[in-house]
Amino acid sequence: MTTVLDVQHLEKRYGSFVAVDDVTFSVDEGEIFGILGPNGAGKTTTIECLQGLRRADAGELEVLGYDPRVDGKQLRRQIGSQLQESALPDRIKVWEALDLFSSLVPSGQPWESVMDQWGLSPKRDAKFGNLSGGQQQRLFVALAVVNAPRLVFFDEMTTGLDPMSRRVTWDLVRQVRDQGTTVVLVTHFMDEAEELCDRIAVINQKRVVAIDTPDGLVEQFGGGTTVTFSTDAADLGFLGEVEEVDGVTRRGKRVTVTGHGALLASVAASLVAHGQKPIDLASHKASLEDVFLTITGEER
Amino acid sequence: MGTLAKLSWVNLKLFLREPLTVVFSLALPLIILFVLGGVFGNETSEPGEQVVFRGIGAMSYYVPAYVALVIASVCVISIPTHLASDRERGVLKRLHASSVSVWAVAGAEVAVACVLSVVSAAILLAAAWLVYEFEPAESVVAVIGVFAVLTLGFASFGIFLGSILPTARAAQAVGMLVWFVMLFLGGAGPPPEVLTSTMQTMSDVTPLWHAVLMMQDAWLGLDAGLSWLIFCAIGVASAVLGLRFFRWE
Repeated sequence: MTTVLDVQHLEKRYGSFVAVDDVTFSVDEGEIFGILGPNGAGKTTTIECLQGLRRADAGELEVLGYDPRVDGKQLRRQIGSQLQESALPDRIKVWEALDLFSSLVPSGQPWESVMDQWGLSPKRDAKFGNLSGGQQQRLFVALAVVNAPRLVFFDEMTTGLDPMSRRVTWDLVRQVRDQGTTVVLVTHFMDEAEELCDRIAVINQKRVVAIDTPDGLVEQFGGGTTVTFSTDAADLGFLGEVEEVDGVTRRGKRVTVTGHGALLASVAASLVAHGQKPIDLASHKASLEDVFLTITGEER
Repeated sequence: MGTLAKLSWVNLKLFLREPLTVVFSLALPLIILFVLGGVFGNETSEPGEQVVFRGIGAMSYYVPAYVALVIASVCVISIPTHLASDRERGVLKRLHASSVSVWAVAGAEVAVACVLSVVSAAILLAAAWLVYEFEPAESVVAVIGVFAVLTLGFASFGIFLGSILPTARAAQAVGMLVWFVMLFLGGAGPPPEVLTSTMQTMSDVTPLWHAVLMMQDAWLGLDAGLSWLIFCAIGVASAVLGLRFFRWE
């Protein structure tokens, strides 16, 4: 797999304030890579350094083969961007924005087809300030891909959107990826990261504290899997012989089995083999949110 | 169309969609001109009186002065407000992310200021021509040449203000303040001869005063000499400082 973005030991300071301390990760072509972290963790600074909008103080950065500190301008012609806290003039019309941004990089697609593709044609002559939050995000996504980039950065796309618009925006992100564009997505929403991302870098306190798939993070930090059921049976010693089981605790009728791997299937098989068929047998996995709180909570 | 042309065209359209700014930029100099015309008429100074308006008729004095003034009003109020507002809203940052250069952003401001100044001056001249009698321009070529230099210089000054002022509100307030001070001290308000000597000293460092002299002298076929030097120095310094302190966010 081709690496489109590689950053090693990125550091960024503003005077004596350290905004990013030690950030290292790489992004493969075609994936949706999430950067997840609490507010003020250094997520935005990180991706703005990667786009050459801010100058990294230390570290090795390579994006699409460019060093953003040296070839920022060439790099920015080949990436797409949706920035946090960035807007268009209220009175600019949808078509004018698309026309303007497509003219910035002449190699891009014709803006009319981008407008059709992203469902903006009915809003062609609407002014930016009159669009709903969801429509504005749709326009931002269209502007980000109007130059047919290989890599796009989306920073906090769904903050302030209603649940319906969030879902629609998620679909837009998937569409971008389905066209073969690699996506770097900054978010502080766990559900968004879990829903969209192939891999996630968790940033906390200006550093990357974990990188994995959403499931991998849960596996690694979620404290394993738990299976619960209720039973009247007195002796459950047989469960201790199941390979995936790490421990069994009992409170009255309620039994909690902790373990790893395919715990539910193995416990179920063992129970059935010993004549037990509890009706409330269930498996519980830590959510990404639990993991996030575990990872980021330690250092607070 | 190139980036500069496209950006200029969009900026011009956006400007025209702000009715209040349009009215202010185009109408205010006109209103002041009519007020002053009503007060002073077009009498030249009588022998023995204090010489005012450089010894020419008030309207012959004010019309070229106001051509210079409309350029200043477009450049010193509209440009800083627009630049600061675009920066405040993140528009500049978004343009930067699409590899737009500072030259294109500044160039588009100059281009829009040029168009607006020409329109504004044309309206002013047409209105003045209908109502008042004033000396016609000695050399149209010289007037156009000075017009171009004034637009470039004041636009640089406006970009400098837009670069150093943090918010659109601040830019608008400071722009207005600078413009009104220049209006009164720069020979576009009361006749310069009636100002106190302190005020006259202040006039000497006011770009508008030199702009007024340059435009009047081109109009009357005179040589503005030192004013050229001072105005161009202010323009170049503004351009250098404006680009030096330009910030995308």
